[in-house]
Amino acid sequence: MSDVLSPQQQAGTDEEEVYRPPGPRRGSGIVVFILAVIAAVAIPALFFVALEATFEFMESQNLSPILTGFVAILIAVFGVFGVYTAVDLAIRRLPGTLSERVRPYAWAGPAVVILLIYLVYPAVNTIQLSFLDATSTNFVGWANYEYVFTDPAMLRSLRNTLAWIFVVPVSAVAIGLGFAVLADKLRRLESLAKSMIFLPMAISFIGAGIVWRFVYAFRIEGSGEQIGILNAAWTSLGNAPVDWLSINGWNNLLLMVIMVWLQTGFAMVILSSAIKGVPEDMLEAARIDGATEVQVFWRVVVPNIMSSIVVVFTTMVIGVLKVFDIVWVMTGGQDGTEVIAERMIRNMFTFRDFGRGAAIAVFMFIAVIPIMIINIRRFREEESIR
Amino acid sequence: MSATSPPVEDTQSGKGIKGTEGGVTNTGSRNLVRVIVLVIVLIWLIPAIGLLITSLRTPAAIESSGWWTVFASIGDTSQWTLQNYREVLESNGFAGAFLNTLVVSVPATIMPIVIATFAAYAFSWMEFKGRFLMFVFVVALLVVPLHVALIPILQLYNGGPLFDVSWLAPVVSFLTPWEVVTVEVGIPLDLNGTFLGVWLAHTGFGLPLAVYLLRNYIGSLPSELMESARIDGADHYAIFTRLIIPLSVPALASFAIFQFLWVFNDFLVALVFLGETADVRVLTIALNALNGQFQNSWHLLTAGAFISMVLPMVVFFSLQRFFVRGMTAGAVKG
Repeated sequence: MSDVLSPQQQAGTDEEEVYRPPGPRRGSGIVVFILAVIAAVAIPALFFVALEATFEFMESQNLSPILTGFVAILIAVFGVFGVYTAVDLAIRRLPGTLSERVRPYAWAGPAVVILLIYLVYPAVNTIQLSFLDATSTNFVGWANYEYVFTDPAMLRSLRNTLAWIFVVPVSAVAIGLGFAVLADKLRRLESLAKSMIFLPMAISFIGAGIVWRFVYAFRIEGSGEQIGILNAAWTSLGNAPVDWLSINGWNNLLLMVIMVWLQTGFAMVILSSAIKGVPEDMLEAARIDGATEVQVFWRVVVPNIMSSIVVVFTTMVIGVLKVFDIVWVMTGGQDGTEVIAERMIRNMFTFRDFGRGAAIAVFMFIAVIPIMIINIRRFREEESIR
Repeated sequence: MSATSPPVEDTQSGKGIKGTEGGVTNTGSRNLVRVIVLVIVLIWLIPAIGLLITSLRTPAAIESSGWWTVFASIGDTSQWTLQNYREVLESNGFAGAFLNTLVVSVPATIMPIVIATFAAYAFSWMEFKGRFLMFVFVVALLVVPLHVALIPILQLYNGGPLFDVSWLAPVVSFLTPWEVVTVEVGIPLDLNGTFLGVWLAHTGFGLPLAVYLLRNYIGSLPSELMESARIDGADHYAIFTRLIIPLSVPALASFAIFQFLWVFNDFLVALVFLGETADVRVLTIALNALNGQFQNSWHLLTAGAFISMVLPMVVFFSLQRFFVRGMTAGAVKG
C-alpha cells in the first residue's frame, strides 16, 4: 500500500479502530479454541442423546415401526436444526468478539467431529486391528498381511479385482462414449435413449444381481426349456446349455458385465455433457481442413474431453474396488469369482475374523491413497484460482 | 449440433466424408445411427423387461417357457398373475422390509444434509482459522472406502472398548485398593441392530460428499447477496435460514436424491449394522435372503427384485433432472 492515503481511506481505518467492539483481544486464542471444541462436540452429543432418549422411550412403549419412523423423521429434521439453533443462541451471548470468533466452529465443527468419529478414528483403529487376531485380543504381527498376500482365495481375489479395475471402466467408458456420440446425432429421442441407459443407476446392486442371475439362468440339458435368455439363445444355435456362472474365468467376465450395465449410464452422462462443451468452431475448422468424422472424433473431441474421461475412469476404479454386492448375490465368491471387497466382508462378517478383515480393509485404503492425493491437489489448484 | 455425419460411415465407405458447412444430412447414415442406438437401448432394457414380465407370470408358466414367448401368446390370460407379489409381500415379509427401508432412508438422508449445510455455509462465508485445513480434511475423506470403518464401528456399537488405556493400570492400582491389569475407557453403547445406529453410520459416511458438494454450490452464490443482507442488519443465522437455504434448493435436492437412493439401495451398511432379523431388515437384505433360500423360485425372486426397484424408478422418472445431477456428482462417494 502506498504511504499516502486518501482522506476517505484514513477515515475508514480510523473508524474501524474506533468502532471495534470491546472484548478480549490478546491471549484469547486458547479461550476460543476451548469454546470451539466444546461447541463442535456439544452439537453432535446433544443430538445423539436426544435421539437415543426418544428411541428408548418409543421402544419401551412398543410403538409400531411406522410411528417410530415418523417420529424419527421429525426429530431428524427439527432436532438437528434445533440443536444448532440453540447452540448458536448460546454463542451469541458470549462477550465481545468471542461470539463471532467461536461461531464458525459451531457451524463447521460438528461435521468435522462426526467425520473424526465415523471415518478417522475407525481408519486408525482398523490399522491397529490388522495386527491383532480374529477376536482382536492378541498381537499377531504381520500374519494377517501374510494371509492377504499368500492365501489362494485372497490371491484369486487380487487377480480378479485387477481384472475388474481394467475391464469395467474401459468397457463402460467406451460404450458410454460411443453411445453419447451416437445419441448426440439423433434429433429427437436423444434424451429418452440416454435415460434408458442411465436407468440402471437407480437400482440396487442386489436387485441388479437378481436381474442378471435370471439372464444367466441354467437348466441341465433335457430337464425342460431354458428360461434364461442367454442359454436360450445359446442352445438355439445348436449348443448344449451352459452353467455360465460356474465356468472358471468366464464367470468373472459375466459378473463384470453387470457392473458395466449399471455404470455405463454414469460415463455416458458425464462424457455427453463434455462432448457438448467442445467448441463448435474447433470442430468446424477441423472439418473445413478436410478431417473425416472419425478423425474429428479422435483428434479433436477426445483430446478435448480427456479430463472428463480421466475423472470418469478414476471414479469407476474406486467404485469397482469396493464392489462386493454383485459377487455376493450371484456366486457368493464361489468358482474363482472372489473379489477383494467380498473377501473383506466374508472374513469380517461370515468368518468373524476381524484381524484379517481389517488387513484387507487397510489394503483397500492404501489403494485409494493416490486418488486421494490427486483430489487434494486438484482442490488446492482450484482454490488458488478462486 | 449441426454436424450429423456419424463416424461409422467412414469405415463403411472406405473413405471419409468431407464435412461441408457442417450440415450434411445423409439419410442412410442417419438411419444407421438410429438402428445402432436402438440396438444398444434394447440390450440395456432386455434384462429388466424380462424381470418385470416374469414377475407377472404364474410359476407354472415361468417354468415351462421363456418370458420372451409371451409376446406370441400375450392374450393367454391364464399365464398372468399378481399372486407372486402378494406372496412376496406377505409371506416373505417384503411389506415390512419396504417400510423398514423407508424408516432407514429418510432420516439417513435428512441428517447429513442439515449438518453439511451448516458446515458448507461456514466453509464458504465465515472467516476462521483452520478453515482451509478443515476443508482439505473433508476432501481427503471423500474417497475413503467405508469398509475401513466397518469393524471399529461395529465394535463400538457392540459396546466394545473405545480406548485401551492399560498403561494407566499402575496408576489406578496405586490410587485405588484394587489390583488393576487392564483399563478401558469408553461409553457403553448398544447400537447394533438399531435404526439409530444405521442412521448415524449413513450420516457419517455421507457427510464428506454432502459437505463437499454443498460447499461448492453455496460458495458459488454471489457475494453481493451476503453483503447486502449484512448491510440490512442480518446476521449469519438469518442469512443462512432466509437466504442460503431457499437459494440452495436445487443443490439440496440433487444431494438428497443421491443420498436417499444410496441408502435405499445400500446392502453393506445394513448387513453389518442392522442385520438380518425380520423386524429390522431392509429390502436389499430381504432380497438377498430370498435369493439364498429359494435359488430357483423365479416367481418370488423377480417379484421381490421388482419391489425393491419400483421406488428408485419412480424417483428416477419423476425427478430425472435432479436425479442425473445428483448421481453424477455423487458417484465419487467412498
